[in-house]
Amino acid sequence: MPDAAHRSDFALPIAAGVGYKPRHFSEIMADPGSVGFLEIHAENYMGEGGRMVAQLGHLAERLPISLHGVGLSIGGEGRLDRGHLARLARLNDWLRPAAFSEHLAWSTHAGAYLNDLLPLPYTNATLQRVADHIDEVQEALGRRMMLENPSAYLVFAESTWAEPDFLREIARRTGCALLLDVNNVFVSATNLDFTPQGYIDAFPLDLVREIHLGGHAEDVDEHGRPLLIDDHGHRVAGAVWALFDYTIARAGPRPTLIEWDADVPEWPVLESEAARAARSLREAVT
Amino acid sequence: MSVDQTAFRAALMDPEAPVPAGLVDAEGAPAGKRFDVYRNNVAVSLTEALEVAFPVVRRLVGDAFFKGMAGVFLRRYPPTSPILALYGADFPRFLRGFKPAASLGYLPDVARLEQAIRESFHAADTAPADPARLQALAPEALMGARLTLAPSLRVIRSPWPVHGIWRFNTEAGAPQPPGEAQDVLVTRTDYDPRPHLLAPGGADFVEALQSGTSFGAALGKARTVARDFDLTATLGLLIGGEAITDIHTDEAPDDPPSATA
Repeated sequence: MPDAAHRSDFALPIAAGVGYKPRHFSEIMADPGSVGFLEIHAENYMGEGGRMVAQLGHLAERLPISLHGVGLSIGGEGRLDRGHLARLARLNDWLRPAAFSEHLAWSTHAGAYLNDLLPLPYTNATLQRVADHIDEVQEALGRRMMLENPSAYLVFAESTWAEPDFLREIARRTGCALLLDVNNVFVSATNLDFTPQGYIDAFPLDLVREIHLGGHAEDVDEHGRPLLIDDHGHRVAGAVWALFDYTIARAGPRPTLIEWDADVPEWPVLESEAARAARSLREAVT
Repeated sequence: MSVDQTAFRAALMDPEAPVPAGLVDAEGAPAGKRFDVYRNNVAVSLTEALEVAFPVVRRLVGDAFFKGMAGVFLRRYPPTSPILALYGADFPRFLRGFKPAASLGYLPDVARLEQAIRESFHAADTAPADPARLQALAPEALMGARLTLAPSLRVIRSPWPVHGIWRFNTEAGAPQPPGEAQDVLVTRTDYDPRPHLLAPGGADFVEALQSGTSFGAALGKARTVARDFDLTATLGLLIGGEAITDIHTDEAPDDPPSATA
């Protein structure tokens, strides 16, 4: 797809955003504070109508929206669900979001939706399959998308690609951009024993159109080694803030989103996380 | 060593199954507890979706029982769509055959009511027709009229006192459910679905209207079921619930009579 025709594919402001939760609707409408954009999970707004869709319409008049899919199963072995893709295209046409993103993961198998972002091996075959699926999504939506790096808890012995190279090659084949989840990098690096800064150094930062930050939980595996869980249920960890600063020192400031999906806090707490991200973004400019 | 998604899913949904060989940790050892993270994510997130969806069923059976029941359900009926807002359409049917809950015969109907409320919440938006249009019709025109009802409207028929059970478990100070069958009408105003108790014959009346039957024929149907069918009460629920969205009369409508005519 020619670049010029799709300049608006990635129109998020360089600002801090938050994952939108309906309980925060009135506070955001009254005063979004440090929050410069919102992200919504596409699958939560595919109803025919009702309050959630109506409120989204009001929010979209107030703030740019990042549309984030969690159910396309782009890494799935099977074909994409055409009906779901059509619903997504309808939502995209109505909402006209500033950006659309999905995950390097699978969630649907043989018609069953498993409601988790499941991992895939990084091989030549899976790379081509993901690229084909992204072509299909971008064709259906009439826009380019961002693909997000996952949190990893384990490794496929059969993998032959490093994740940053895998993502770079998918982007090269499809023209898609990337969403860099810095918390996911930290979680994966801890779980799989690599340095998160090394991952950032290897990552094609020029393709990053949005950054995600979120909280994680700490556990240990059966060998007593650290096992971090990407649960989006806490404040962003100090080490993840440091990795974020490391990232934007190299990439420059990017639209940055706070994800908080479990044990969702009161609005001032979530807003303060966005304010913290906004501070880093301002400092990265200078 | 390759692990396809069929093998991955089979192990994912069966906590007793071995972790597929080929899934390892950073040192090449079998993934073990690391695989359990995915197992846990799937089971917990789908259980939570059902807890949000069926709060009254959960209250009736208790938290621990509900979690166990959800674990069986989500393995037998995993979602068939990524839109989890309506996940659980098979839950009432599952409950009818779920032996450990067999003593609570009303449970499947309570689940049907809760699912109807969710469907209503997400249904398309519509504007109500002006009730004055109904009142303005001459009796023959009214009997021949066909009504379009809101897509957020639902009718639940039950041999159990489902409306009373629902209220007793959601409203402080609600009375004990009576020992009788209850049909329920769900209507939505201001985006909030509400269940209302239907008088005998009311479900027949509303369902007949829903299927496109004329007002008069729907009324006749309701009266064969309940000779003293309370039309005013049922019509009041439909109008108050903003559930009548259009009124069609057979003849091309003339200008509606003015209020002073």
